[in-house]
This record gives sequence, C-alpha cells and structure tokens, in this order.
Amino acid sequence: MDPMEAIKQTYFQECEELLLAMEEGLISMESGEADSETINAVFRAVHSIKGGGGAFGFERLVTFSHAFETVLDLIRSGQLHTDPEAVKLLLRAGDMLADFVAAARSGSSAEIDDHEVLAALSRLAGEDGEEETGVDNFEDLGFVPMQISIDEPEIGVAAPPEPSWQIHFRPHPALYAKGNEPYLLLRELCSLGHAQVTADLSAVPLLNELDPEGAYLAWDIVLTGAIERPQIEDVFDFVIGSCDLEISERIEAPDTIDAFVAQDEPPPILPVEADPLTESAAVIAAAAAPDTHPAEKREAANSETAVKPTIRVDLDKVDRLVNLVGELVITQAMVAVSVNDAGMARSTPLGNGLVELEQLLRELQEGVMAIRTQPVKSVFQRMPRLVRELAAQTGKEVRLVLAGEGTEVDKTVIERLGEPLTHMLRNAIDHGLETPEERVAAGKPREGVVTLTAEHRGGRIVIEVTDDGRGINRERVRAKAIEKGLIAPNAALSDEDIDNLIFLPGFSTASQVSNISGRGVGMDVVRRNIVDLGGRIVISSLPGKGSRFVLTLPLTLAVLDGMVVAVGDQTFVLPLSHVIESFRPKPEDVQLFGTGRRLLRVRNTYVPLVAICDLLHVDGGERDPTKGVVILVECDGAGTLALAIDTILGQRQVVIKSFEGNYQHVDGIAAATILGDGRVALILDVDGLVSLCREDISSSRQSQIQKIGAAA
Amino acid sequence: MNMDTGSGTGTRLQFITFRTGEQEFGADIMTIREIRGWTQTTPLPHAPQHVRGVINLRGVVLPVVDLRARLGRGQTEASSKHVIIVVQCAERTMGLLVDAVSDILTVSSSEIQPPPELASDGGSSFATGIAVLDDRMVTILDMAALSKSLVESAATDSLAA
Repeated sequence: MDPMEAIKQTYFQECEELLLAMEEGLISMESGEADSETINAVFRAVHSIKGGGGAFGFERLVTFSHAFETVLDLIRSGQLHTDPEAVKLLLRAGDMLADFVAAARSGSSAEIDDHEVLAALSRLAGEDGEEETGVDNFEDLGFVPMQISIDEPEIGVAAPPEPSWQIHFRPHPALYAKGNEPYLLLRELCSLGHAQVTADLSAVPLLNELDPEGAYLAWDIVLTGAIERPQIEDVFDFVIGSCDLEISERIEAPDTIDAFVAQDEPPPILPVEADPLTESAAVIAAAAAPDTHPAEKREAANSETAVKPTIRVDLDKVDRLVNLVGELVITQAMVAVSVNDAGMARSTPLGNGLVELEQLLRELQEGVMAIRTQPVKSVFQRMPRLVRELAAQTGKEVRLVLAGEGTEVDKTVIERLGEPLTHMLRNAIDHGLETPEERVAAGKPREGVVTLTAEHRGGRIVIEVTDDGRGINRERVRAKAIEKGLIAPNAALSDEDIDNLIFLPGFSTASQVSNISGRGVGMDVVRRNIVDLGGRIVISSLPGKGSRFVLTLPLTLAVLDGMVVAVGDQTFVLPLSHVIESFRPKPEDVQLFGTGRRLLRVRNTYVPLVAICDLLHVDGGERDPTKGVVILVECDGAGTLALAIDTILGQRQVVIKSFEGNYQHVDGIAAATILGDGRVALILDVDGLVSLCREDISSSRQSQIQKIGAAA
Repeated sequence: MNMDTGSGTGTRLQFITFRTGEQEFGADIMTIREIRGWTQTTPLPHAPQHVRGVINLRGVVLPVVDLRARLGRGQTEASSKHVIIVVQCAERTMGLLVDAVSDILTVSSSEIQPPPELASDGGSSFATGIAVLDDRMVTILDMAALSKSLVESAATDSLAA
C-alpha cells in the first residue's frame, strides 16, 4: 500500500474515534452536563477531522466542518450561548459530519445535502458574532488576543509560578508536501493556552536561492497554561515525522507574562468556579482553556475514562495468538492423558509439574481472550444517533437510556451484535412506542423511554432492550399467525408462546409496511443472528406497559463449555448452554407416539425423545434410553427435547474448530473440536438436531447414507 | 525418485503420482501440501460414501475423501500403511486417502494426452489428461474439480475406469 493510502487509513480510523468523542460531548451538552473541557473536546474533534480532510482534499468535508467548527469555537470562547435548539442543530451537524466522513471513506460521490444545516450554522454563528464588542477576528493573527480588564486590581499580584512550555517547531518540506498547514497547527496550539509565537526566519535564503518546494520557516512558541505535554504533542500528531519539534518545560515568573484574559462574563458552559477574579492568579488562558478548577473536577469525574496508554494491534496477530493458545491447551490435555495412561502417580514431580502447567495455561488463555474483548460501548455508541433518526422519522419522542456500556465482550461477538440491536431498537420505536398523543391519552409521559443495558451474568453476557410502549398485542399476533397458517386455529398457546410467535419467518403485524419495519423480515432475522452467535433471545411483554427483549450471548465465539458424551464408539460434545438436565429414565416414562416416534415423560410433560445414534446414524449406540442416559436440552423456538446417549464422559471447555470452510455445513453439527487424545469430536447443534428430527427419512435416502462407524 | 522423461516440448510440469485400486494417478505438485500416514477419522453424519470423515491436522479439522470410493470401487480398507495426501485448492484443504504414493514425475505438457471421451456417467470430469510412460499409464487428476465436487452432496459419482 502506498504511504498515502496507509496514512489515509489511519486518518479514517482516527476519524472514527474523533466522531465518537464528538458525539459523546454533544450528548453531554444536550443533557446539560457539559463543562468547558467537553466543548473543547468536541471542537478539537471536529477540528482534527477538518485538518486531515484538508490534507486529503475532501473539499466538501472541509467546508462543512469549517462551518461547524466556527460555531463550536464561538461556543467555547463564550461568545455564543447555547439553548436546546442550538444543541439539536449541533447534533444534526455532527451526524452530517459523520456522513461526510463515511462518504469520503467509501469514495462515494453521493451528494449530501448540507445546505440547510450550513445555513442554520451560519445563522447561529453570524448573529452572535455581531453582538460581541471589540473582539477582533483573530483568524488573521497567529495567536489569540487577550482582553485586559482594568477594573480588577488584584490581577498581577504575586502569583505562583506558571507552568509554561517552550516549543520549537521547524517543518520539513515533507510536511508541506503532505498538505499540512503550519498556520492551523499554530492556531490549535494557541487554543490550548496563552501563546506567544515568534517566527524564526533565520533559514530563509535569498530569493534566487529559494526552492519553492522547500521549507525555511520555523516558529518558537511560548505556551503558558495548565497544559500537559501530551496535549501539545497531540497538536502535531499528523506531522510528527515531517518536522523538528522540541518541547521543553520552563517555569515562568508571573510578571513576565505579558497579557492575560479576564472574561466579561463567564460563559454559561464554564463551571461556576471559574470566577476570573479568584482564579486569575492561576489562570492565564485563552477564552476556553480549562483553568485549574475544571481540571481537577475533570480529573475526579473522568478518572474512569482517563487515557491509559494503548497500542493498536493488527487483529490477525491477536487471532494467531488466540489460536496458538488454543493449541497449547489441547496439547497440554494430550500430554496429561498420555501421562495418565502411562500410569504415573499424580504426586510425582512430573504430575505436579503438569498440574501447574494446566493452571498457567488456563491463566494464559484467559489473558489472551481478554485481549480480544472490548466494551460493548463501541456498539452502543451508534444507537443514540439511530434513535434520533427513528424518532424524527416516526414523529415520536424517544429517550434512549444506556447502561453497562463498559461490559466487555469478545470482538467477534461485538461486530455481529450491531445488526440485531438495530433491528430491535427499530422494532421498539416503530411498533412498541406509541405516538406522543396516544401516550398522553394513556396517561403516560409524552416521551417514550427505550433502555439498552448490558451485563455479565453467569459466564455469559446479557443484553436487554426494554421499551415502555404498548406491549405486544397478543390478539393481533395470534390472529396473524392463524392467518398465515403458522399455527392451528384452535391451538392452545400460553402468553409466552404467543409472544414468541413474532420470531417466526415472514411474520409482521404491522398493518402498513413502513419504511423502517413491517416488512416481516425483522424479528426472525434477529433471532437467526443471535442463534448463529451461539446466543438466545426471549421476549416478555405487558400489554399497555411495554416489552422486553432479553438476549444472552456467549462471551466468546472461540471457546465453548461442553458436555462430552459417548454414542456408540463416537464422542460428541453438547453445548452446556442448552443442557437442562440429565438422568436415566424409567421404562414407564417412555411412550410410543405415532409412527416410530417416542415421547419421554418429564415430570408432568411429555417431551420428544430421540436417540442420537438413530439421528446421526452411529453404529452401536444404545437405543434403549433406560440403559443409557437421557439429556434434556432446550432449543430456541422448539421447546425441549430429550436426547438419548450412551454415557456422559465429562464436562470441559473446548476450542471450537470450524470445518465448514473445508467441507460444508452438516445438519445437526455445529463445529468440531479436538480432544485430549488428538481425535476430532463433533459439536452438536441442538436446533439443527430438532430440524433433523422433523424430516422424514425416506427409505431410499436411508440406504444411500453411509452408516457411521461401518468402515472407519 | 524423480522421473524425468526427457523428451518432448512444452512447459515442464511436476506431478506427484500415487496408486489406488490398481490405478495410478498424478496430481499437480503445487496442490499438494503434505503426505501423512492414515489416522482414524471421525465420521461425519449424512456424508456420502466417499467422505470418510474428518481428521486433526495440527489443529485444523480436515475432511478426508477415499479416492477408491470416489471412483466407485468400494471403500478402502484403511490401515496404517495407507496414505492421506493433503491437498489445498482454492481456499479449501482436504485429505485424499490413497493406497500409496509412488514418486515425483516431471513431464512436459506436450506428453500429456487428452483423456478418452467416454459417453456414460460424465465422471471423467476429474481427469485432465493421461501421461504414458514406458509401461505405465498415469491419469492426471484435476484437484480443483475434485475439491469442488466434495461440496456437492452427490451420493455417488464415479470416474470412468
């Protein structure tokens, strides 16, 4: 990949993070929790996106973000006060910016209609800009001018030494070649604190020796304020390789400081503590730079989001590591089996060593798995925007409440979580929630609430989507199911059964197919997605009060807790998540049913009984369940099933190995794993087994199918 | 033992030759990953006769096809003397159960005759040519086609003998 491409990729990755930071900031502003640092963060995010965009020539992106940034700048400098309407506009602008970035990333030439938002932004900027008195347009200058108020005599009286930085910045020709603009960098620097910029022209040659593509200018900047080194380094993030940059700290005595800022009025966004009079001694800053108080407050409040050093790693490297560790676990198991077979006692040094090895490996495996886990936040972050759009489209008022965003899940699960969650939110807002008028009529608040939570529970991750809407209309659902022939007209179904009907394919009770949903492809696709992930989804609902979807997902797709069973001379693995119980039935509990089918009585219900050896054609398996073991399993959508096997061999965590890439999908088999003795054991797919059960095996097919175990 | 026939023009191709059921076959050496002794397979349910099951190849689960059965000549009575040839073609890796591996053959493309047209089952789809050397006839197999056909759940299919 040519260097430009690589840089572009990095830019887009960073845009993702910047857009997230921007959205977070805007949401805090919306809920009134923003402080000056928040505004700054939003401004910086948009500014950085603009800067990079300019480097790559994304003109429309740059134009748009410039307008956006201008308004944000006015807000953070206190010249523009925000009201809820303005914040809504900012949110829209933020969404639009994300659209621009996406378009730039995919190279799409689709037109994004921004002129309405641009007009609104410039109105916002224009109006308030005129109200300001005596503030020059500091775009032309390299630094922010200070306002000196002569009314406060305390200013200038002995102040504690000020942290300040001496920065020397000399760009190389490469910096300009990449389209970077030192002016923008300097301006960014200035926004961090009070800056004094001096240009160093010592390297500028005579005109006839000047190379137009050369770089001869350098700048010395003295930057004062409560600024951390990383903040300064951040400014030069994009250009770090193509310039000389020296940052050194210096302690300044207060009276050498030339100017300082006192604000005419504290902008509404700054916390009350930023009273210029009392803080002046410690504060020398540009309009919106945080002073010490907000800095402390920020630290206290954001300790959990404090920036920890991180590194970016290629996912391939991590996957390889995970695979290797999986192999280690298998090999260790094999060694343990061999040692056992050799008859060695456990208390020998070898035996002890092996036990320790096992412990260490377990820890290693957990550690490596943890590398791949990420907080669900990255998926949840996309939801607020979705909810905003849906609310606008449906004309409903919706508030989204998120909780448990820090819950960590394997990356593979996270990637595939987005789609089902999106579907469920769509469903909740489009179908679940009533219009504001209907809600008021029903005595509910105008605004509907949709809650999205995630938490760890019992070794799995549980995600709930709740809405306080109208709940499932059971009569309609039942009628629709009968109409579509999905159930018999006189079928006796419990409330829960009816609720779960919505997961059947082609089901939709929406009387109109709306743009958003109602095409009848929603919930069954969601269920399919979740099941493919190895999870389960259940719905419960109270008419008039709301509905709740509960999803459980495994923490990782690579490893599975399984029950190892023997059938004939074969070994299979049953996912523990589906196992209810196991027992040896009594003869009187086994009943014949119809042609060749059997039922098992379990407490007060009858459950279909199936022998694995029959279903999967394993030779030598125990067909008589009363002589073997029955495992009761639960499958989504089909209730309970009793599986007859020979014996239970144990329970272990197995590494999932897919063979579908090299072969094809086999009904009833989810994947394979490698046991301690090196042999392959097949992992059963409970839902697949149920489908198999239902198929009528014709005699012709039966004769063509190889008997398992016959020739192996 | 590397057999180079010496004569003939055209690009030189290398094949690994192997035997199963009294026939000798050749496969493009570039498709062969490795050669292993026979190990017990874990059978796959509902698989056609020629798919013996899967084995563990250093952590990868690999399907094993019995070439003799694929040719419609019954199942191999596999023992530790038999051989699994690990073939990789177009993203798919599989194992081929054969009786024994013979040698590496270097042949020029002009020495390979087209396979005889046989009207019946059209199963000659796997043979891309025949190399005649002294008293041997080596049928060159198209590994890509063989690998692809693994997926198609044909109950029976056979190569013209």
